[in-house]
Amino acid sequence: MKEIIVIIGGGIAGLEAASNLLKLGYSPIIIEKSDHLGGHVANWHKLFPDLTPAKDLVDELIASSKDANIFLNTEVSFINRLKDSYNIMLSNGISIITKYILMTTGFRLFEASKKEEYGYGIYNQVITNSDLEHWFNTGQDKRIDESPMNAIGFVHCVGSRDEKARNSQCSKVCCITAIKQAIELKEKFPDAQIYCFYMDLRLFGKKFEDFYTKAQRDHGIHFIRGRVSEVGENIEGKVIVKAEDTLAGKPIKVTLDLLVLMSGMVCNPDSSKTASMMALPIDSDGFLKSSDNVFRITASPKKGIFYAGACTGPKTVPETLAEARSAVLDIHSHITSQEK
Amino acid sequence: MNGFGFRLSPSSAINLDKVDRSRFEELCSIEPDALRCMSCGSCSATCPAAQFSGMSIRKVLLNLQRGKEEEAFRLMSNCMLCGKCTMVCPRGINTRRIVLTISRIYEKEEKR
Ligand SMILES: Cc1cc2nc3c(=O)[nH]c(=O)nc-3n(C[C@H](O)[C@H](O)[C@H](O)COP(=O)(O)OP(=O)(O)OC[C@H]3O[C@@H](n4cnc5c(N)ncnc54)[C@H](O)[C@@H]3O)c2cc1C
Ligand code: SF4
Ligand code: SF4
Ligand code: SF4
Repeated sequence: MKEIIVIIGGGIAGLEAASNLLKLGYSPIIIEKSDHLGGHVANWHKLFPDLTPAKDLVDELIASSKDANIFLNTEVSFINRLKDSYNIMLSNGISIITKYILMTTGFRLFEASKKEEYGYGIYNQVITNSDLEHWFNTGQDKRIDESPMNAIGFVHCVGSRDEKARNSQCSKVCCITAIKQAIELKEKFPDAQIYCFYMDLRLFGKKFEDFYTKAQRDHGIHFIRGRVSEVGENIEGKVIVKAEDTLAGKPIKVTLDLLVLMSGMVCNPDSSKTASMMALPIDSDGFLKSSDNVFRITASPKKGIFYAGACTGPKTVPETLAEARSAVLDIHSHITSQEK
Repeated sequence: MNGFGFRLSPSSAINLDKVDRSRFEELCSIEPDALRCMSCGSCSATCPAAQFSGMSIRKVLLNLQRGKEEEAFRLMSNCMLCGKCTMVCPRGINTRRIVLTISRIYEKEEKR
């Protein structure tokens, strides 16, 4: 009999895991809360650092996992622990018995309106990184005027590295995303001055530093070290941003046509809710707690339950995919060792 | 009596709306690497003129970008063109040549 593996979350982690489980001859079931597969990446336009179209990746993952059993618009209602398996009751009334559960519930984008001083939801010219990706994809956003812009700003670390927002962790992907989006906007509005307000630039990944110097030298993006302290609006409906230029040691201000907030990756409450049904532990950053943060990222402390992707912390797409494959291998070794 | 209380001094704030970038852009068209400085401070740390005069390529480039040209010239007048800063810059910026190019561009401007 083919072993059933329940994957909770149909983002890229869930899809990549399903596709690899199928190749190994297992029978994966994907439970996805929303009405589409691909999770957050399905909303992105082009991926750093090579500007790969996000749609190509998502389409490929959906195609390679199409033989899995997929439930969209479905949640887990409750989970009962049986002797050596789990009984999962779904919101559509179906119940599944399985020995293996893979959590791929991902992250949630920090709600930018919580940082009131940045004016999201108050001023029309303030949008988030996610809104900007949506606009790149659809061209539709009432807040973005297609007429030429003079000045555009990016605020790094919105809701990340911020104890008052109750997220002390760095979201990892937003420095490089800001640089990517700054270049994309500069290409659309070549006459605009573009400013990135940062605390530190964290560009850890392959080719990220090259991307940064390219933004400086070839696109003339201005990087200003200093956290934006407040945002206001003038009579003409433009936003005024104030910060300290900490390299110059002087207060700095600028009037902008558009301000993009780099909302961080924070723990997903849907993920914690499902995790609590299995009494899985939560780490100090609010994400799911792996049994070890070095050696066993994809293992939970509970038998038969595994993790992959951004449900355990901020991750890039290649990291997420690698973890999905690694979790599949963990599950596979577990199953084969039981059979002996 | 000691001067307690506060005195008003001209604002040192930077208003990016008012920065005239024309000369800095001219500089960058000749020396695009001027934009690649990441403010690491190696140049100033090694500069023999720094400890007496406060000379710093990092500050010169930053001041020019923020429209504080006077301050940039004041610093630059202390440069002895020894080239030590160029040797240590991790971004491989030819800082010594940039000092010369800045002098040329801004001198030309003054003659106009
Ligand atoms: C603005 C922005 C831009 C980015 N750009 C890039 C980039 O260019 N390159 C790059 O490498 N990385 C990028 N990233 C990171 C990338 O988005 C993540 O690596 C990726 O989304 C992680 O995938 P995931 O499957 O783990 O999680 P998610 O994408 O969050 O997917 C999780 C899925 O699980 C579902 N789900 C959650 N809880 C439940 C539940 N309880 N029951 C059922 N279903 C549930 C969700 O609906 C969702 O579909 C970016 C991130 C941000 C914030
Ligand atoms: S990646 Fe950059 S913008 Fe994002 S939280 Fe970390 S330091 Fe801040
Ligand atoms: S060239 Fe000028 S700035 Fe550079 S180290 Fe020598 S004196 Fe200092
Ligand atoms: S050494 Fe180079 S990168 Fe560092 S501050 Fe000086 S000019 Fe900039």
